[in-house]
Amino acid sequence: MTLSVHVRHRFGDFHLDAGFEAEGGVTALFGRSGSGKTSLVRAIAGLIRPDEGRIALDGDVLVDRKRGLFVPKHRRRFGYVFQEARLFPHLTVKGNLTYGRWFAPRDAVPERFDRVVDLLGIGHLLERRPANLSGGERQRVAIGRALLSAPRLLLMDEPLAALDEERKAEILPYLERLRDETNVPIVYVSHAVHEVAQLADRVVVLRDGRVEAIGPVSEVLSRPGLPTAAHRREAGSVLAGVVEAFDPPHRLATVRLKGNTIHVPNATVEAGKTVRLHIPARDVMLATSRPEGISALNILEGTIEAIADDDEGMITVRIDCGGDIVHARVTALSGERLALHPGKTVFAVIKTVALDPR
Amino acid sequence: MDWLTLSEEELTAIRLSLLVSTVAVAASLPFGILVALALSRGRFVGKSVLNGIVHLPLILPPVVTGFLLLILFGRKGPIGAFLDQYLGIVFSFRWTGAALACAVMGFPLLVRSIRLSLDAVDRKLEDAAGTLGASPIWVFLTVTLPLILPGVIAGMILSFAKSMGEFGATITFVSNIPGETQTLSAAIYTFTQVPGGDLGAMRLTIVAIVISMAALLASEFMAHMIGKRVNFE
Repeated sequence: MTLSVHVRHRFGDFHLDAGFEAEGGVTALFGRSGSGKTSLVRAIAGLIRPDEGRIALDGDVLVDRKRGLFVPKHRRRFGYVFQEARLFPHLTVKGNLTYGRWFAPRDAVPERFDRVVDLLGIGHLLERRPANLSGGERQRVAIGRALLSAPRLLLMDEPLAALDEERKAEILPYLERLRDETNVPIVYVSHAVHEVAQLADRVVVLRDGRVEAIGPVSEVLSRPGLPTAAHRREAGSVLAGVVEAFDPPHRLATVRLKGNTIHVPNATVEAGKTVRLHIPARDVMLATSRPEGISALNILEGTIEAIADDDEGMITVRIDCGGDIVHARVTALSGERLALHPGKTVFAVIKTVALDPR
Repeated sequence: MDWLTLSEEELTAIRLSLLVSTVAVAASLPFGILVALALSRGRFVGKSVLNGIVHLPLILPPVVTGFLLLILFGRKGPIGAFLDQYLGIVFSFRWTGAALACAVMGFPLLVRSIRLSLDAVDRKLEDAAGTLGASPIWVFLTVTLPLILPGVIAGMILSFAKSMGEFGATITFVSNIPGETQTLSAAIYTFTQVPGGDLGAMRLTIVAIVISMAALLASEFMAHMIGKRVNFE
């Protein structure tokens, strides 16, 4: 699967001029509100007609303004999950879920109804009406409805933004299962770093309607150049590894990375599973000698690869720990006191690490 | 209680009124939905002119509307002559003419009610249906129409009630012929013009009240049922 998007569009003062290519998996469109990410995804869905541009999925050209080509939204077969669930109030949950099936072409292979219902945990809601569902339940039904229309591509426009933290935590695991257990490629719009770190394979960073950065999630999220201060504070390292052991009494998982093992607390996973670790850069301390008598479980030795300044008096230090890249965000003053420079050997003390089974 | 028994002539007027009103509502409904769609969704030059024309029967004296219908749809009128010659449809001095007059008089009420509920429909739901593969016609049939149904039914009831009471335009356009164009209202009027006709007028008045109340209750009940289906379990 290759999705290729190049769009120019004007809305009053705002100019959208962005393009990217996406292979399968989850591609995140990431940026602050007003950066044009929703407009871009709406153009992909066919909800807006761009002034100029070309959009194609594999060989199938959907928009080519030069040739005057524009495939209307109902012929694109791109599932769309909106920020608000937009369920049909006059239909039951079951009616909503099966709505798209009526319009899917006969040769399309839709996801099996039972499997999707099971995947999203909505089996007990089927006879209910949307008005009687909680926000989280509604959003799960909306995701199921899009999946069951046999989409070639799933577009998700901040599906968690309208929910409170508790509901977000309720839905994220379902999104992970969706990514891992279906073959539908996903374009995921979000302004939340942790969502992107947890879900995406590739990230497209948008700013003022333009693409600022594009690449694998582990690279883009660790860059000091993330769009806002809040995002920079959230930035960190994303590392892939395999669970080596799980210690139930301590609820502690041991994860083997390229050159290190990391202990992750409060995680329930099976040994042998491939997982992804997210280590926020602000939760990594640096020491020039191996610290002793410290509560932190994970202390990695490595060499400084690069140091990046920002204009907030903070520096982001990129450390190569035997093949695993870890980022630490410390004050510029600490950097001077410890005389940090590329090539120096340091110890990274990791305070928190989040584990994402995949 | 002999005075309550309806005469044959009165029964004919009641049957005719029911027939005329039903046909008027049924025949104007598709046009009403189309015009409401154009007014609510369309962007075209002359939209306010169309809006004005639709509402004209509400503002004009009914006699004027009836006279205009006579000029346009009479046997010698431009539209009436055309319909007579090519389609064999004649309106003047027939019950079909009474139905046309009732449909025109009820049309603004029908369009208004449908248009208001169309304006209230969340267009985002229609977008969502489109992304699920539904073409615009299917979106209208499976999403928009079910959502505006209460408004459509309310409009139909209003238009029906208006038709039952229509007098001025009908009598001007198709006159007052017993068994052909003499509707309930016209029959009551006729009774009041002859000595000793008060009893007949009273009987028909009671019938008119019963029919109007039944229509109102039916609309309330249907609106309640649909509202229940949309909003609750």
